[in-house]
Amino acid sequence: MSAKRTGLWRWAPIAPATALLLLFLAGPIGYCVWIAFTNTQLTGASGSDFVGLDNFRRAFADDNFRNAVRLTLVFTFISAVIGQNTLGLALAGLMRAASRPVRTVTGTLVITAWVLPEIVAAFLLYTFFRREGTLNALLDWLHLPGQNWLFTLPILAVSFANVWRGTAFSMLIYSAALAEIPRDITEAAEVDGASGPRRVWHITLPMIRRSIGTNLMLNTLSTLSVFGLIWAMTRGGPGNRSQTLPVFMYDQAFLKSLIGYGTAVALLLLLVGSLFSIVYLRLMKVEV
Amino acid sequence: MRPTAPLILITAVTALAAGTLTACGGGSGGDRDTVKVVYNRSTDNKIRFKDAHLEAAKKQFEKDHPGKKIKLIPVQAPDNDYATKAQQMMRSPKTAPDLVYEDTFRINSDIKAGYLKSLDGYLPEWDQWSQFVDTAKAAAKAEDGKTYGIPDGTDTRGLWFNKAIFAEAGLPADWQPRNWAEILQAARTVKRKVPGAIPLNVYTGKGPGEAAVMQGFEMLLYGTGADPLYDPSAKKWVSAGKGFQDSLDFVRTVYAEKLGPDVTDALDPNVGTRVATEWFPEGKLAISLDGSWMGQNWINKGPKEWPEWSKELAQTPMPTQNGQAPGKVSMSGGWAWSVPQKAKNPDLAFDFVKTLQTKENATRWCVVAAQIAVRKDVAADPGYLKSMPGIDFFTGLVQYTHYRPALPVYPQVSTAIGEAMEKVTTGDASAADAAKAYNDQLRTIADGAVVSK
Repeated sequence: MSAKRTGLWRWAPIAPATALLLLFLAGPIGYCVWIAFTNTQLTGASGSDFVGLDNFRRAFADDNFRNAVRLTLVFTFISAVIGQNTLGLALAGLMRAASRPVRTVTGTLVITAWVLPEIVAAFLLYTFFRREGTLNALLDWLHLPGQNWLFTLPILAVSFANVWRGTAFSMLIYSAALAEIPRDITEAAEVDGASGPRRVWHITLPMIRRSIGTNLMLNTLSTLSVFGLIWAMTRGGPGNRSQTLPVFMYDQAFLKSLIGYGTAVALLLLLVGSLFSIVYLRLMKVEV
Repeated sequence: MRPTAPLILITAVTALAAGTLTACGGGSGGDRDTVKVVYNRSTDNKIRFKDAHLEAAKKQFEKDHPGKKIKLIPVQAPDNDYATKAQQMMRSPKTAPDLVYEDTFRINSDIKAGYLKSLDGYLPEWDQWSQFVDTAKAAAKAEDGKTYGIPDGTDTRGLWFNKAIFAEAGLPADWQPRNWAEILQAARTVKRKVPGAIPLNVYTGKGPGEAAVMQGFEMLLYGTGADPLYDPSAKKWVSAGKGFQDSLDFVRTVYAEKLGPDVTDALDPNVGTRVATEWFPEGKLAISLDGSWMGQNWINKGPKEWPEWSKELAQTPMPTQNGQAPGKVSMSGGWAWSVPQKAKNPDLAFDFVKTLQTKENATRWCVVAAQIAVRKDVAADPGYLKSMPGIDFFTGLVQYTHYRPALPVYPQVSTAIGEAMEKVTTGDASAADAAKAYNDQLRTIADGAVVSK
């Protein structure tokens, strides 16, 4: 059997999968890219004329788009980079030192928040933050002034919701990473007189560098595309004070019927995601 | 290769082929005997009069047409989301219904998109069409002169107020404000003398959507001068001028002075349900700028039984801005039954419209839905005229009423107005800034075909 034929034969088992991927994944993606360069609308003047870069020009001149980009960065930074990531690492570290029952209870609670369907979590947090909600009831009980969180600090409320919901994932990644650190290295450092914080900074963090990179990347990408949580809690409001890119996209494509423009914004969102990924890859030297 | 692998592969391929070839989950797939009817179900689980009415018509139709079936497909969602869902269904022959309930303000947009089928072929043979008044016939007529929908009722709008709160505030029981200033004055009096009551509800913002734009904003705007939104002689949209800003400023004043509901409640998509089922029946709301259909929330099998409503509430016309002629203003809309372009059974679908529009059914619909009749025979029906206290008042507003510009881009204009309202309601922008942002959007929407007044 010639080498060439073996090469072809080796493709055979994955041919059906490849065909399916091309049909159901690459096809729609290609169609989306095409739509982004047309003026397709859901209703009204129909027709999909090619308009070149008009949609993208329009986006960069659109105050609402700029506002959405800013809010997306704030939301991603607060809830993914800072919130989920640090809290996940802290929980993982603390749980290593905790007794088994404490570990079990904490782990169960955190993971429960994560496995809840997004819409259920969104309604839970909506009832927590709303004016007659749990948070204000608690504050009232402590004789602290409550306020209408979803109205005064909508982007912080949804960021908190995303932290609450997504921390489990980081915690699991870091638990696994910390378990990989050989005991003798930490012990050696201890014998040499390194204090707790120094041990974390000089030994633990460098040793789990790759996990940090991977985790940051996955968190960022999943947070960039959060839609249901925000939609159910605030609908991007009040005004456009919590209108991140996915919500803005939905608003343009389905509420204003501008499918072409909405899709162009989707491509730009993809671009933002890729930029983040490239930065992480460079900084952390993550091996994908 | 594991011995089971080929088996898995074959199963997967078979399942895939079965799914794609039979349009699994794709809807009717061409059932010749079933009419698929898409309509909007209220988001309030206690409001089911439309469902009940359609169920009754379905039974009647299936009895008269043996072997034929009606499949009712309710979409339970706020109006904006319902429209989006219906448009998406109509895009593909696999999912297109045979009959769809359309808000007449969107109908031109959907006609332009090619979603709907002209009904001109059916109308000449239909003896009931002559009973419809001309304005109603025009409601679903497109720029091409063809008719694309059969309207089943209309509505008017005015001010509803609670007599007990008014008495407590020392305001007259036969209140008749002559201009906007007197409305605000009454609201301020209520705020001062009846603490705890919401003085004045004006729908606003993106959440309530068209309800806010039409019941809130346009009821103000159309009281500021002629053709404030679209100039039919120039065939151009009118950019935001003084009247537009004054209307926004009225909304801003209501919320800035805390004369309205709490801003979060006001911006909630379900605020209309709360006005009808909580605030008015519980005596918490003094005045609401609202629609003629309010009564159906409180009568037979409505979401909130409230037999005393007609004694506790009164209605008065909405005045123009400074009382200028004709002194009163109202807006009218309505819904229509349309057949999608890609419907499988258009003829059968129109037969179902005929069932819905027998005189008895049309009258019953106007009564249960508290609609203002669009048919001459229904309007003269004693049962209809006695069906609801206040129906004569709201029918009397028809002479002052305005219709929204029936143009394909109106829904987009409406969305832009909703955003402007939301900005002034939250205090994020002044009326002038919000109007400026609206003008920028309007130029894009109307492709620059804009005129200033």
